[in-house]
Amino acid sequence: MSNIGSYEEQIKDFDWSISEKELGYKDGDVINIGWYCSDRICEMGKADKTAFIWEGFGGQKKQYTFNDIRLAGNTIGSYLRGLGIKDGDRVCLFMDRIPELYLGFLGVLKIGAIAQPLFSAFGDESLHVRLENAETRAIITQRKHVKKVRKIRDSLPHLEFIIIVDHDGKKPLQEKEIAFSLKDADPVEEFDIFPTKAESPSVLHYTSGTTGQPKGVKHVHYSLIGQYLTSKWVLDLQDDDIYWCTADPGWVTGTSYGIIAPWSLGVTQCVLDTGFSADAWYGFIAKHRVTVWYSAPTAIRSLMKAGEEAVLKHDLSSLRHLASVGEPLNAEAVIWSEKVFGLAFHDTYWQTETGAIMLTNFPGMNIKPGSMGKPFPGITGVILDPETHEPIQEPNKPGLIAFKPGWPSMMRTYWNNEETFQSKFVNGWYLSGDRATIDQDGYFWFVGRDDDVINTGGHLVSPFEVESALLEHEAVAESAVVAKPDDVNMEVVKAFVTLKPGFNQSAELELKIMNFIRKKLSPLAMPQEIEYMDNLPKTRSGKIMRRLLHAKEWGEDIGDTSTLEDDD
Amino acid sequence: MADMKDTILEYVKEEYLEDEDEEIGYNTPLISGGIVDSFSMVSLKKFLETKYSISIPDEKASPEAFDTVNSIVELVNEFLKD
Repeated sequence: MSNIGSYEEQIKDFDWSISEKELGYKDGDVINIGWYCSDRICEMGKADKTAFIWEGFGGQKKQYTFNDIRLAGNTIGSYLRGLGIKDGDRVCLFMDRIPELYLGFLGVLKIGAIAQPLFSAFGDESLHVRLENAETRAIITQRKHVKKVRKIRDSLPHLEFIIIVDHDGKKPLQEKEIAFSLKDADPVEEFDIFPTKAESPSVLHYTSGTTGQPKGVKHVHYSLIGQYLTSKWVLDLQDDDIYWCTADPGWVTGTSYGIIAPWSLGVTQCVLDTGFSADAWYGFIAKHRVTVWYSAPTAIRSLMKAGEEAVLKHDLSSLRHLASVGEPLNAEAVIWSEKVFGLAFHDTYWQTETGAIMLTNFPGMNIKPGSMGKPFPGITGVILDPETHEPIQEPNKPGLIAFKPGWPSMMRTYWNNEETFQSKFVNGWYLSGDRATIDQDGYFWFVGRDDDVINTGGHLVSPFEVESALLEHEAVAESAVVAKPDDVNMEVVKAFVTLKPGFNQSAELELKIMNFIRKKLSPLAMPQEIEYMDNLPKTRSGKIMRRLLHAKEWGEDIGDTSTLEDDD
Repeated sequence: MADMKDTILEYVKEEYLEDEDEEIGYNTPLISGGIVDSFSMVSLKKFLETKYSISIPDEKASPEAFDTVNSIVELVNEFLKD
């Protein structure tokens, strides 16, 4: 029997107080996610239960009980507090998926500071804009990533502490740097957890838009109410489960469902911190007897490419529930997983801004392969007419996915950008920026983005950010960036550039430009292809017509070109 | 052969290795070891194609084929022979 039981029954008279009651929370109480994910589980008698099994490359392995993660959170929190970090301060977690990332997250929250996780593959410029916007006071990182921080620290006046968790003493620490070793620190048994309330800020995740710099999505401790119940009902996490969420906590799935979800439910989770390999992934599932697996379409399609033989080499009989998030899960992937695992991947849909799952295929539900499923109980999801912003009643008619505001884990604002935050709401609806249809049975079907943001491997990349970075390359005169279809990643970044006088179009230059963006922004943002052009298509007023280039890549009708600049 | 191995190894160290203290060799796992991610693999492929004037079909550019310098050399040689 799944946790949700009957979806139809649960949506009747649903109230988020179900989650509040299970968590023992009442309006006005202290609510601290760090406490809920560790101390509370210990108080429930599960202090010795395994909370965290971690494996790195080359057989490195660590294991923690709930009491261990409670102590680690206390110890890191105490250390930060000793530096003078206080509630409301932003503390960036800039690490690979090592234990300090997960445990540091708890420590930051326990002192009431705001956790700002950032993807460790970010280049120095991506890091800079996010730290500058958040006025981050401390960054916790690893030796291998500190070079990127050193490049930008002098232009970040608010950054006071660069905390290195694996400093080996071989090279001297530099300005603002301090070494902290969790394994060498005295565990802190008694800790005065900061009494955060429902609306106290907890996490700041950055997301990209079509224009402007990345936006810091502010979440609060009350988001736990949504994350807890969606984990229970959608991922169906149960007490004896071994759970594996493959997402990196540099992104929202990795925190909402890669830290908060399993630990707030007292469930054991596994993490594999290595590069992708189908054999290693299947071996990890078999070795740890993983029961619930939450992954992403890009990973699933990569596993499909590796073939069925890779599956047959391993005993995957422990798996009982599979879910996916990040981009629409294509029907072929659902059908394939049913065939090779005997279990369908259940697609889930949500965003950094929503903080928790909004639309989903529930356990026990009749899955329509390729569909996003139905709204979580308590979520009012509709398709709006793009012109009138009124809900469309007619089935299968495309429009904008929108939600009625008020769910617990909804973002509270964009950091220092209230104006853009307000622009996400029209006629009392939150606009997701995605387009879909609803069929006659109430299932949502993804159609596409409503803007130019590129969804590559489940991560959003801003064309504006890449175009701006391209212009910083000495050879590039003009740039336009669009999504290009891709079998594995759904979309990848493609750039069109014109060159400055004195530079010649060549494969060598293309490679140099690709690497320039990879290091400056991230591997995700690196154009997988660069096309040289003599001129970019522009309107008569000189604006680059990205739309035309996008249509060219997708084989679509280019539409109205009456405003196109004359091609002299 | 030795030249090609060293050229590719040096390129990987220069372009992808974040930890300058990390020692890598011809058999160090690059993809499964997390040194080169799947997105960056495209730039490594582009480097090989440019450097050795070859064209590697996408279906041959698998994570397994790119996982070590030795396996990359084997892949490049396959296309150099054509």
